[in-house]
Amino acid sequence: MDPKQEAIKELLIKMADDQLIIGHRHSEWIGLGPILEEDIALASIAQDKVGQSYTLFQLLHDQFGTADPDTMGFLRAENEYRCCHLVEYPNGEYDFSLIRHFLFDHAEYHRFDMLQASTFEPIRGIARKFKSEIKYHILHADVWVRRLGTGTEESHQRMQAALETAFPLALGIFEPSPYEQVLIEENFFPGEDALRQRWLETIQPILEEASLQMPDPSSVEPAYGGRRGYHTEHLAPLLEEMSWTLRYDPEAERW
Amino acid sequence: MVTEQDVWKALEQVYDPEIPELSVVDLGMILSVDVAPDGKAVKVVFTPTFAACPAIPVIKEDIAAKIRELLPVESVTVEVSYDQPWNSNRITERGRQILKQRGFAPPPHVTAEIELEVLHTVPCPYCGSTNTELQTPFGPTLCRAIHYCHNCHQSFEQFKPVM
Repeated sequence: MDPKQEAIKELLIKMADDQLIIGHRHSEWIGLGPILEEDIALASIAQDKVGQSYTLFQLLHDQFGTADPDTMGFLRAENEYRCCHLVEYPNGEYDFSLIRHFLFDHAEYHRFDMLQASTFEPIRGIARKFKSEIKYHILHADVWVRRLGTGTEESHQRMQAALETAFPLALGIFEPSPYEQVLIEENFFPGEDALRQRWLETIQPILEEASLQMPDPSSVEPAYGGRRGYHTEHLAPLLEEMSWTLRYDPEAERW
Repeated sequence: MVTEQDVWKALEQVYDPEIPELSVVDLGMILSVDVAPDGKAVKVVFTPTFAACPAIPVIKEDIAAKIRELLPVESVTVEVSYDQPWNSNRITERGRQILKQRGFAPPPHVTAEIELEVLHTVPCPYCGSTNTELQTPFGPTLCRAIHYCHNCHQSFEQFKPVM
């Protein structure tokens, strides 16, 4: 396959994998959310993410002949996934889940905003659609980050600590792809550096309003590896659980 | 011979599985209808309200089944497309009336990105008051938000604005 096609394929797979894995993590809050509205919010966001992942796998299938969405989503080997470490981490406490949701969704929002103008036409409408859905996710994340960042002494400290844990992982979202130059030259996508820049410009003022101190990105080691198939120890057990039912009877016609 | 107009009429009888009476035409989901010159093959392209809507395969089947039931065609193709993604302004006036009658606040017309402000002071579908507030933008389905009316003291759902 030529490098242009490989470049787009790689981009779509990592986006689909990020959405799928964070969607499953969010879904683990179902029944456990701190209040009912949050339970429903996280469930809805999870549903959006998994649906977006499905749409991207379907696009990959239609455009590049990859396996069907279920096979791509559930039956690949662990090192074939291209998700970043941020989405793999267990939910932890609500503070970590919330900060992760905030950091991830602002990056996603800008990613799809940029892809609306891609020269790879089939992604444009999808990007516009996803952006309108993710808008609700960031509205949700922003409200809670502001509320808990400026809430009590304990909520502030927890959010600050969660931010410091999640920040290096979040920088791993922008791990450069081997096709970065092709993506940029062909105007498929402006590149991870450009995305990271826009992301930092967006989150910094919100974190300030929330009285939270953003770590200095230049002094933090980004958690890279996920985009090349090197994952944390948390991904394999999650994939095992996610795909258990499907692997139990892969030939089943209906569940 | 089957015409495009016949197909549109048939589509008016394909309903949202969650809100019967509200058709895929009222919702603004249909992007295009094509009928072959001999009138025997029909192609319908629709766009989902949300990418994760679990009703997509059901709606796809319902569209094909309804056209086959009502019209003498030999083949029906139904495709999903995001080329012109759905937004809530696509809901027709009739669709908005049906939503109201069923106790859902219709989405306001939006011209810019959704901000929290547009989600407050949504007119209550029961009493019309705008003394209402958003409780959560995530309701029983992806397309619905939950609000509370301080005038008639009832919770109500809104079909969410999406842009």
